[in-house]
Order: sequence, then structure tokens, then C-alpha cells
Amino acid sequence: MNTISMHILDIVQNSIRAKATLIEISIHENRVKNYIEIVIKDNGEGMDTELLNHVTDPYTTTRTTRKVGMGIPLLKHSAGQANGYLKIYSEKGVETSVQVTFQYDHIDRPPLGDISGTIVLLVAANPDIDFKYIHEVNDNKYEFNTCEVKGILENVRINDPKIRGMLKEMINENLSELYVI
Amino acid sequence: MTKIKTLADLKKMKEELQTKVDLREKGDSAENYVQIKVGMATSGIASGAKQVMDFLIEALEKRNIEAVVTQTGDMGYCFAEPTIEVKKPGEEPIVFGYVDMKKADEIIEKYIKLGELVDGIIPVNYQVIDDK
Repeated sequence: MNTISMHILDIVQNSIRAKATLIEISIHENRVKNYIEIVIKDNGEGMDTELLNHVTDPYTTTRTTRKVGMGIPLLKHSAGQANGYLKIYSEKGVETSVQVTFQYDHIDRPPLGDISGTIVLLVAANPDIDFKYIHEVNDNKYEFNTCEVKGILENVRINDPKIRGMLKEMINENLSELYVI
Repeated sequence: MTKIKTLADLKKMKEELQTKVDLREKGDSAENYVQIKVGMATSGIASGAKQVMDFLIEALEKRNIEAVVTQTGDMGYCFAEPTIEVKKPGEEPIVFGYVDMKKADEIIEKYIKLGELVDGIIPVNYQVIDDK
């Protein structure tokens, strides 16, 4: 887990396993206030207070194939190293959101990594789930919404390799503009 | 060629492409394709499952093999990550462990194309200590 994108890829797996149908990934890079915040929100089955209290413990996992779950603890550790924090809000049967922040210019903050590739991977690997991806850099904002994309694609699969290429290009083009001041 | 930036560009490109090549339609049954699932839990991601998945998609596309690559959660073989499950049409799925790009290439060339078995198969009856 050496990039923020990989953590996102990992944390979203929890949402998928919680049977979410809509997953919202927002990234806010605020260079003025010197932080980067990532929020992953889903409408999956949620957690009760008891599970919520233990979820950052590596020996907590809901899976049955093994007894440890490292996704959340790793991210929490990573945030802690870069002067940030991790918070989880959840309401059973309604929604869950994971919020994580890092000090932007901290030497131990992981780089963002291949975010467009990660988003396209998630979108294509889970064609039945809708994704919203919002990326803000200071006051610039880009929003990618699979509901809109699926409307445009009509009867073509969103996981067609050629479509994947197009989506990646589209996200990259818009992202590069966010960084222009 | 101008780059795709807006949804309108995407629509245009899609229509252009649709007239030239067959894009996969939603109604097509996945049964007719090679289906590959990449194990993508924490252990998988940390050991490079994303790169393997990107490679598989690209390589299958280049070699004109009809395939659907998706992700799955943990398969319980954390020691052997990255793991992938390959299901050829009409055949039983097979799980391969320790799949790096070289191995993925071998799986495509030997197993998917020629039907030869390659090293690294995790047998279905493999027992982990918890089962005992």
C-alpha cells in the first residue's frame, strides 16, 4: 500500500462486500490549508455501534475466509504517520462513510498514485454498482458519475476494454486541468 | 486526434467505434467469454493485483481474446497472492496463485489459448489450517 489510490481500491472493497449500489469517492486536495482529505461513502448495509468500535482493530473482520482484516488499520496507520486521522461514520442499514486526512506536504504522506486507473478499474470490475468520483484541487472541481456515463453508453458494456481506455483518458484530461492554477 | 474530455466527446467516440468494431453489448451472455476474476483484497492489492489486472485486460485485448476481467474479494489464499480465477466457457474455474505479469502471460498463452495446465494451480480441495 504505497499510494493513496491503492488504499482507496482496498477500502472500496468493503463497500462492495456490504452490498452497496452507490459508492461515492471524493478527494479534496487543499494546498492552501495544507491537507488532503478522502471520503468514501456507500449505501451498503452499514455497521452497528459494536462493530464500529472495533473496526480499526486488525483482528476484526466480517469475512469468513480468515480472521484478520488489515484494510482499515493500514489506512489509519498511514494517515497517522502523516499527521492525519481516520474517522468512520455508519448507520446500520443506511450508509457508511470513511473519512481520512493527511497533511498535504508531510514527508510521509503517500503519493496519490494512479487514481484514474483505480477509478476505471473499480467501475469496470463492478458494472452493476454506480460510482461517483469527485476530485477537488483547491477551488477546482471535477465530477465523474457512472450514471451519466452509462446513459451515454446505452447498450454498450462499461467494462469493454475500448471503453475503459476512453474513460481513463477522459478522467486524466479533466484531472490535468484541476492542477492548472 | 483530439482527446476525450467531456461526456459529449465520449458519446461521439463510442458511436464512431461502434460503426467500426463490435463493442460488447450488455445483453451478451458472459458465459461465452473467458471470465477472469482477480482477487483484490488487502493482501492482493499489496502484492500487485492491480498491475496484474491491468496487464490481463491489455494483453487479452491485444491478443483478441474475448474475455471479461472482474475483481473478487479474498479467496482465502493470502499466502499465494496475487491470485486469479480463470473460467473458460463450459469448463470448471481454476484458481492460480503467485500471479505476476510473467505468470499472467503464461496463463494466457498456455492455459487460455492452448488448454495446457501451468504451474501454480491451487487445487479446489486445498485445505487451510482453519478447516481442520
